[in-house]
Amino acid sequence: MESTPATMKLESSWMRDKIFLGMTWGDYVRSNFTKFNAVVALILLVGIPVILYRIIFGLGPSTNLSDNNPWGIWIGFDMLCGVALAAGGFVIGTAVHIFGMKEYGFLFRPAVLTGFLGYLFAIIALTFDLGRYYRLPYPMFVSWGVSSVLFLVAWHVALYLSCQFVEWCPAIFEWLNMKKARKIFIKATLGATIFGVCLSMLHQSALGSIFLLMPEKLHPLWYSEYIPLFFFMSAVVGGIAMTIIESSASHKIFSHQIKVHDPEHLNRVTLGLGKAASVTLFAYFFMKMIGLAHGDTWSYLDTPYGYLYLVEVFGFVLLPAMIFMYAVQNNLAGWVRGCAIYTVFGIILNRLDHSIIAYNWHLAWKDRYFPSWMEVVLTITVVTIGILTFQWIMNRMPILYEHPDYEPEEH
Amino acid sequence: MDNSRRNFFRVLAGLGLSASLGGTSIARADGGLLPGYPNQFGVLVDTTVCIGCRRCEWACKEWNKLPDQMDLKEYEKDQSVFQDVRRTHANTYTVVNRFENPRDSSKPIFVKKQCMHCYEPGCASSCFVKAFTKRPIGPVTYDASLCVGCRYCMAACPFDIPAYQYDNPWTPEVTKCTFCFDRISKEGGIPACVSICPVETMTFGKRTDLIDLAHKKIMDNPGRYVNHVYGETEVGGTSWMYLSAVPFDKIGFRTDLGTTPIPTLSKPFLSLVSPVFIVVPALAMGMYSFKKRRDEIEKDEIKKALEKKEGK
Repeated sequence: MESTPATMKLESSWMRDKIFLGMTWGDYVRSNFTKFNAVVALILLVGIPVILYRIIFGLGPSTNLSDNNPWGIWIGFDMLCGVALAAGGFVIGTAVHIFGMKEYGFLFRPAVLTGFLGYLFAIIALTFDLGRYYRLPYPMFVSWGVSSVLFLVAWHVALYLSCQFVEWCPAIFEWLNMKKARKIFIKATLGATIFGVCLSMLHQSALGSIFLLMPEKLHPLWYSEYIPLFFFMSAVVGGIAMTIIESSASHKIFSHQIKVHDPEHLNRVTLGLGKAASVTLFAYFFMKMIGLAHGDTWSYLDTPYGYLYLVEVFGFVLLPAMIFMYAVQNNLAGWVRGCAIYTVFGIILNRLDHSIIAYNWHLAWKDRYFPSWMEVVLTITVVTIGILTFQWIMNRMPILYEHPDYEPEEH
Repeated sequence: MDNSRRNFFRVLAGLGLSASLGGTSIARADGGLLPGYPNQFGVLVDTTVCIGCRRCEWACKEWNKLPDQMDLKEYEKDQSVFQDVRRTHANTYTVVNRFENPRDSSKPIFVKKQCMHCYEPGCASSCFVKAFTKRPIGPVTYDASLCVGCRYCMAACPFDIPAYQYDNPWTPEVTKCTFCFDRISKEGGIPACVSICPVETMTFGKRTDLIDLAHKKIMDNPGRYVNHVYGETEVGGTSWMYLSAVPFDKIGFRTDLGTTPIPTLSKPFLSLVSPVFIVVPALAMGMYSFKKRRDEIEKDEIKKALEKKEGK
């Protein structure tokens, strides 16, 4: 098609509205010179060459992986922690769409977006860990290893990513002004949420079940028949904690987007989430104790690994459960926020204990794994790109606020 | 046709989408949980015989055309490798290690190490693209054309056998002993390492025969061996088995592996998949309609209350 001045004008105004936040190209570029972006640029400047190095020279030179330690932080942190902390979409989705907790409805879109991006970037990080990343679709389309827990993880994560995309679509179509498409996807939300609950329950626990095959490698205090349940419950906690952090942070950072910003309402919801986190953490603590008794691994408690286990279970499960409870009883929303951050560290510790610290515990120190600087940099880079994407979308799509042209979504 | 249909259902069951098939079809899925192959081959390694000449290592490299091959004479001369206990490596499918003999320090014990070719292999049950196959004649083979490089097999192997070509950026492979599948699948063929051994440390044959042989050896020479055939029951049984004069944990074997086949460990979880897809949607829909009904009643009551007010 010939581009007449009229269409060009139309196109450029579309670009200006949808992409450049209503600014001209020059203004938009200038608006991006911020301190935050300077840090981002620095990270990418180091990180992108590292990614290229990994692709060109392979896993050997870029990581500290070995035959005894086939998995490092790209699995232990990027995948295990990433997916656990991205559970907010499914937790809030269940609460809002299935249990009908309307009060939490406004958290649904940000939680789904965070969940979707969390999963997406966990998969992106995973591709760098795969020896033949270009075969990522193999478990889907080429050869089915159905006896593998990992097969389940691969399929369920892929399907769940699609579910979250469906849940996110209404916001995309509101941004693009596509009314019909939006309507269809609004209707699909309930189905996607229910299917998503099944998928989440299974793949969150399946990520723990991966370790069921390694009783000889994982320390007895962490190896348990209940690993699937532990992983599922701690992921629920992770989802709640991340929702607390994310909602509080974005209501601060993107507060200009919200017409009637009601901090009181946000605090009330935060306290509600804190209560849910407290209950789940207490339940998780008692499950852990039952696991300890069931495995009869008490004798390991008075060893260095035992101390680490006690720090994890008492310091990062029981203690935050009590802090949450105290904060809720005394209406201290700020405490709930602080405790949520603390809890996230606990979940990261738990996943790293399973995948790295208490893993291969029988090996001599010289054979143990410690990440290389390139592994750390790549992880930071992927997380940074994830945050950038989140920010880009938040600035454009109606995630935090109701789009003025549309009926509010019914929860 | 039947086969592909069965595969289809199996995948459905694996995904938990097929309600009626449930856990049983998963339990029978490939890569383990088989009743075992009674006619499969095995090798019995008598560690009291081995002299540590490492010809088996050499023959393995020669047959599999592995890199870093040396002259056989150099191999036999090089005793420095015994300083550390080695594991299998991308270019080395088998290694011989030296251990101190607690009974007689002048006579060290040499132990050959390679893939054990489990009856129900953990590597095969861990692989999400079925790159590993337990062959009815014994070997567990690997198909590089399917491998995605996730390295779960390495994590899942209780004997720490599979190794990885970490230095190959584009087409890395998992490497491990093949049990000379290409040789032993031919009539009368025996593995390269077994055929080169100058002192007959290894006996190749039907696994059931080897178990009998091993127990007979122990019975006939009570002072020579500890009363244990390593691999007879470890993780459900392995094709390669060992005899020893000293407890196995003294010569680099893990004696805490138990007799449960690795694939059975994740079976209870996998059988949960289908029930979740039945129970959770049912509960969720129940909750949802409960909530919807509650909302409707609430709306109705508000409406009635308003009408009443207006009526007045």
